[in-house]
Amino acid sequence: MSAILRKIIAPGGIPAWGIRVIASRTYSSSAGGKEMTVRDALNSALDEEMSADPSVLLMGEEVGEYQGAYKVSKGLLDKYGPKRVIDTPITEAGFTGMAVGAAYHGLRPVVEFMTFNFSMQAIDHIINSAAKSNYMSSGQISVPIVFRGPNGAAAGVGAQHSQCYAAWYASCPGLKVLAPYNSEDARGLLKAAIRDPDPVVFLENELLYGESFPISAEALDSSFCLPIGKAKIEREGKDVTIVAFSKMVGYALKAAEILAKEGVSAEVINLRSIRPLDRATINTSVRKTNRLVTVEEGFPQHGVGAEICASIVEESFEYLDAPVERITGADVPMPYAANLERMAVPQVDDIVRAAKRTCYRSVPVAVNA
Amino acid sequence: MALSTHRTTTALLRHLTPAISYLRHISTDSTSTITVETSVPFTGHKIDPPSRSVDTTAQELMSFFRDMALMRRMEIAADSLYKAKLIRGFCHLYDGQEAVAVGMEAAITRKDCIITAYRDHCIFLGRGGTLLESFSELMGRKDGCSKGKGGSMHFYKKEGGFYGGHGIVGAQIPLGCGLAFAQKYKNDENVTFTLYGDGAANQGQLFEALNMAALWDLPAILVCENNHYGMGTAEWRAAKSPAYYKRGDYVPGLKVDGMDALAVKQACRFAKEHALKNGPIILEMDTYRYHGHSMSDPGSTYRTRDEISGVRQERDPIERVRKLLLAYDIANEKELKDIEKEARKQVDEAIAKAKESPLPEPSELFTNVYVKGYGVESFGADRKEIRAALP
Repeated sequence: MSAILRKIIAPGGIPAWGIRVIASRTYSSSAGGKEMTVRDALNSALDEEMSADPSVLLMGEEVGEYQGAYKVSKGLLDKYGPKRVIDTPITEAGFTGMAVGAAYHGLRPVVEFMTFNFSMQAIDHIINSAAKSNYMSSGQISVPIVFRGPNGAAAGVGAQHSQCYAAWYASCPGLKVLAPYNSEDARGLLKAAIRDPDPVVFLENELLYGESFPISAEALDSSFCLPIGKAKIEREGKDVTIVAFSKMVGYALKAAEILAKEGVSAEVINLRSIRPLDRATINTSVRKTNRLVTVEEGFPQHGVGAEICASIVEESFEYLDAPVERITGADVPMPYAANLERMAVPQVDDIVRAAKRTCYRSVPVAVNA
Repeated sequence: MALSTHRTTTALLRHLTPAISYLRHISTDSTSTITVETSVPFTGHKIDPPSRSVDTTAQELMSFFRDMALMRRMEIAADSLYKAKLIRGFCHLYDGQEAVAVGMEAAITRKDCIITAYRDHCIFLGRGGTLLESFSELMGRKDGCSKGKGGSMHFYKKEGGFYGGHGIVGAQIPLGCGLAFAQKYKNDENVTFTLYGDGAANQGQLFEALNMAALWDLPAILVCENNHYGMGTAEWRAAKSPAYYKRGDYVPGLKVDGMDALAVKQACRFAKEHALKNGPIILEMDTYRYHGHSMSDPGSTYRTRDEISGVRQERDPIERVRKLLLAYDIANEKELKDIEKEARKQVDEAIAKAKESPLPEPSELFTNVYVKGYGVESFGADRKEIRAALP
């Protein structure tokens, strides 16, 4: 039963993502511009990096013959063979440890977790064997490894398959934690991650895999890389800063549209990198707008928004005209029923409401269940 | 009681002495072959064990003695340094187990890899580490092998094929299988020895890694250093099946007298040949540690002093080699005592030098967090006071 859950196959054998409605594009395409799904962006990035460097290999459950649980590694087994695209048994602790050991010896493994929920079985290797090794060995043992896979809530998969791990991994020195939003992010950040000499946790989002985004010719070039540790201002504004990552960037942009119609100009920042966190960009933005809303899907306590809030209070306290607002996942395990699930993750309305609160200081009304 | 009884070295020598009177005096530089029988035969699991006749030379036996004497001295000295509070935190000593380190080195090259847990000082030495690096690291000084930032459990010597030094019980096993994976990937015809204890032998990740190693024919040799106690828990209290060499099930195994350096050498050479052709194999080294689990453990609440002194008398690895050297007339008592004195001197000198080595610069707090830090900011305890840009 759990094996079926983990492959997330709907009855009838069709992968669940195939049924989902593709979300509309978030902005108009450039004239004659190409579009690419996040899935294809990731696939092309893996393909190019494996082609460029023979020490790059992919290992994980179903990455080979199954073409990837979410088809991210489609075609790679045929192209690179079973030596470099490795189907592992369902033993995260074992294969993650082995991948880290291979990285010690100079290979550049990309480890796929079918979802990051399963990374908890391997978390000792991610933290103690990978993240800390360069420090403990004073530079002798470096670990050029990437841990990637879908993170956070999907749709209807329940409590054990919906957790966001951004805050946990991003708290650990020695790790880099990236979270792409669109296809350009996916390509540029994954290529950067694979080339990076340090362990990188690469948090994808299952619901974004099928979304199409415009992609520039520059981003399609095989040498394209995005810098690690730099956030992107997706939309400029002057009244309130909304910081988000991954899927929530899309929601933040939609919220910004709604706010614009009501006369509030929101600046939307796509973090791209959770660790290192681009405090400079966030602080500069808040010093301009004087108001901040952070958005994340994960649990609120000790979350990414909490760290951003602390950073603003430490660096830009005098610039705040309103308390920092956090929009996060609900402080409960993810429920299954559709109505409860909707309440457990941020919606666009939540972001709009919080942004308005920062502008008018209106007293929020808490919902009593 | 879990300890098996072994024929004593004197019983072994009783078997040898009639032949020795016919032998010429062999000089210590001789490289002519001497054949010695191991104290006990090897026991195989799903494999025919190697012969218990081991070829060695006077030179090799002398190097065993010298190396083990140095290792023994280093560990005893570490005990004193710990009690003098110059070594802090954890300190897990290897005295008693030296034969595994030297026997293994005699069978392999520095291109083969070794990875172990936290009882790593002697393995480090065997892989080419120096006494100065060892003592400096133990005392947290900048001349340490990890520049003082690792400590007792995190010694590394990558250019010598030593990948640490790991604090989490059992983690080194998948890591070691990963090293073997890389060796196979690179077609470099070398093997990895992954050392773990009888305590770690029950870890799930061992079986996960072993499954993959066997599935993919990796050149991985899993070496269980069975000193019969996982911290304070005797093997029969922790393992339903303490026949660790059999626990690989479909993976062959060999039980070895880990106090006999020649037996260890024979087993490791046999295992390397096997692993390169047929994939993983398990070696169980029947060994013993004189110290407790660590310096915080007197080592006597869960075992008797009689047991400890019994092993020291009957099975000590250095004594075994001493007796061989004397029996084969390779060296006399005084020469061997001189070697031990020399070892003591080297250790004392290294400690004196290590004591002079300074603590790392404060700026080292922030180095090596990443290979490539992109100038990202990191913080001290008071982030308004201490910040740094990661190099």
